[in-house]
Amino acid sequence: MTSISILCLWLFTGYIMSNYHVVIIGGGGTGGALAHDLALRGLRVTLVERGEVTSGTTGRHHGLLHSGARYAVKDQESAIECIEENTILRKIAPGTFEENDGLFVAITDEDVEYSHAFIEGCAECGIPTQQLSKQEALRLEPNLTDDLILAVRIPDATMDAMRMPLRFFATAKKNGVDIKTYTEVLAIRKQGEAVTGVQVKDHTSGKVYDIGADLIVNAAGPWSGKVADMVGVEVPIRPSPGVMVAVRGRWCNMVINRLNTSSDGDIVVPQRGLSVIGTSSWVVDDPDNLGLPPDHIQAMYNHGTMMMPVLKNAPMRAAWSAARPLIGPRKADADTGRELSRTFKCFDHVDEGVEGFVTITGGKATTLRGMAEAAANVVCEKLGIEEPCRTREAVLLPHTAYYA
Amino acid sequence: MAERDVVFKVLRYKQGETVPHYDTFTVKTDENTTALVALQAIRRDDDPSLTLRHSCHHGSCGTCGMRINGEEQLSCVVNVQELGTPTVVVEPLQNAPLVSDLVVDMAPFFDRYTQPEMPYVRQSEFMPEADVPDGIGHYTRYENCLECGLCVSACPVMGSDASYLGPAAMAAAWRVVAEPRGSDPEFALNWADNEHGCWRCHVAYECTEVCPSDVNPAEAIMSLRGELTKRKFRRVFGLGK
Ligand SMILES: Cc1cc2nc3c(=O)[nH]c(=O)nc-3n(C[C@H](O)[C@H](O)[C@H](O)COP(=O)(O)OP(=O)(O)OC[C@H]3O[C@@H](n4cnc5c(N)ncnc54)[C@H](O)[C@@H]3O)c2cc1C
Ligand code: SF4
Ligand code: SF4
Repeated sequence: MTSISILCLWLFTGYIMSNYHVVIIGGGGTGGALAHDLALRGLRVTLVERGEVTSGTTGRHHGLLHSGARYAVKDQESAIECIEENTILRKIAPGTFEENDGLFVAITDEDVEYSHAFIEGCAECGIPTQQLSKQEALRLEPNLTDDLILAVRIPDATMDAMRMPLRFFATAKKNGVDIKTYTEVLAIRKQGEAVTGVQVKDHTSGKVYDIGADLIVNAAGPWSGKVADMVGVEVPIRPSPGVMVAVRGRWCNMVINRLNTSSDGDIVVPQRGLSVIGTSSWVVDDPDNLGLPPDHIQAMYNHGTMMMPVLKNAPMRAAWSAARPLIGPRKADADTGRELSRTFKCFDHVDEGVEGFVTITGGKATTLRGMAEAAANVVCEKLGIEEPCRTREAVLLPHTAYYA
Repeated sequence: MAERDVVFKVLRYKQGETVPHYDTFTVKTDENTTALVALQAIRRDDDPSLTLRHSCHHGSCGTCGMRINGEEQLSCVVNVQELGTPTVVVEPLQNAPLVSDLVVDMAPFFDRYTQPEMPYVRQSEFMPEADVPDGIGHYTRYENCLECGLCVSACPVMGSDASYLGPAAMAAAWRVVAEPRGSDPEFALNWADNEHGCWRCHVAYECTEVCPSDVNPAEAIMSLRGELTKRKFRRVFGLGK
């Protein structure tokens, strides 16, 4: 090799591959999207997940690609994040969504009253709406209740809670990210004020070992408070579970939402041959011990039936709980979790005297890419890397590429 | 609520060990406890090193497949008390390399499954009487197949012929023939038309029996054979395709 070509090679690899090593803790949608973003910016990345990827909250969510309409009145910051990411994800993950749109349905006078603020809020957030009469809506969704007064169409869609994020994991893996599943972080190593690596246990072999890191990102969702405890910093996260009930039969093709403020059982998401009713909201301390309150299962049926009477006798396929990573005072008294914002936050714990440790949490599955971009910007700034984010354009590999 | 203690006998294996063994655990269950929730309770309360795959918890992602009392099941939709056995035996899927405990390597499954390039979103056949809103050609939905591998685990031919392409991949190939959506049905047919493809099946229907998502792979294999036979017949008699 000539010295010129060695120089070129050095310049080239120096450009696309920095030597900094980032360890991401948590293989949910957030961790997967962040791994993808950092890999495109040329960083060396290892992601550790204690179970299978998407075995935390991500795989278990309701399966709604939010239009943002649900938050357009009370939480506009979240609503705007949702509609932006909704548009981007359809572009970078084609063939991943059941793109049938959604309806918000008014069945009481109070709902109709709310519809004014709702349509206005959507307009303010850039969410397109189309108002439909009772007859028009019933032609689209014949199983809606006869109590229907009006409906508003918005660009919701059904997402596969596991397969959508798998496309980020597949692409990240292809771009060199080392994804270590069944690998649990037991401790975080520190030298003085700086974190220097993680101690992990590989549960497939029982081996315990250390992985060195220039920077660690805590993307452990509702577990991020527990991970932060390992470093002695505070992440104000409240694990806030909800119950979902999947019934057999696809009783609607569009996503059906109740046109009112957020409440229990206010949405039915069709998916494959199922209809999924959700959700409730309370708060717990331990994200590994959520329980499944039987009265919440009944409540899902009761509220779902108000919008679609056929659900009353639809046989249950499964009922389960999943915990939101909501940002809010960790040990406070909020008892439903509904009052906490659905937006996300990135914390650089240097403010608490710890160098090299960043937390990204909160948010929605819908906003995983945006969360990753925000966290990757912080990571790159800390490491002095000037690479732009490329995830708005890069089309993702199919989900099957993750395993194949 | 009827609480009951149930004994779980779980196959255990870690990389580097020569043979698997079984461990037993006692789990408190109520009438809603699924096998998956019971295994998570074991991992939380008794042994954090227990490995298993899971994601959606409602029979839609296909990751939590295992053998429960000898039968291929998605553990998230198996109600423990309804099994009615005092001991529940839990083992990993067969015909896939064992990674650890209940985790198998799905790479060989996907290597075959992705060959016919089946698009994952299909035209929805539900509620044909419903109108479709402006701007949407037709309502869509996800394919039935959950890529869970239960059929591959249950198939007796898979156990004796490691090169058999297997029921899930055959079902995917048939879906491309039935509804191409931009993929190549000729490729899918030619790929299935081989001694380790659709002609290898014994038509025992074990795959269809265990499928949790009404894919009916055995029927798909019969359809592939029918289509291939029809084409060969036409070729012999010079009738073109
Ligand atoms: C009931 C409910 C319904 C929802 N519905 C929707 C919806 O329809 N649409 C939507 O967009 N969003 C929805 N959400 C929100 C969405 O699911 C979450 O915001 C998102 O999935 C969080 O992803 P995450 O990657 O941050 O966390 P997670 O998916 O929880 O990932 C964190 C990961 O960290 C791992 N981990 C924890 N500790 C360790 C350790 N010590 N070592 C290694 N790994 C560790 C965990 O195993 C886990 O996999 C819903 C949430 C809930 C609760
Ligand atoms: S019908 Fe064929 S593919 Fe299905 S289990 Fe039997 S032999 Fe295997
Ligand atoms: S055909 Fe059925 S059993 Fe086989 S992988 Fe698909 S869903 Fe699972």
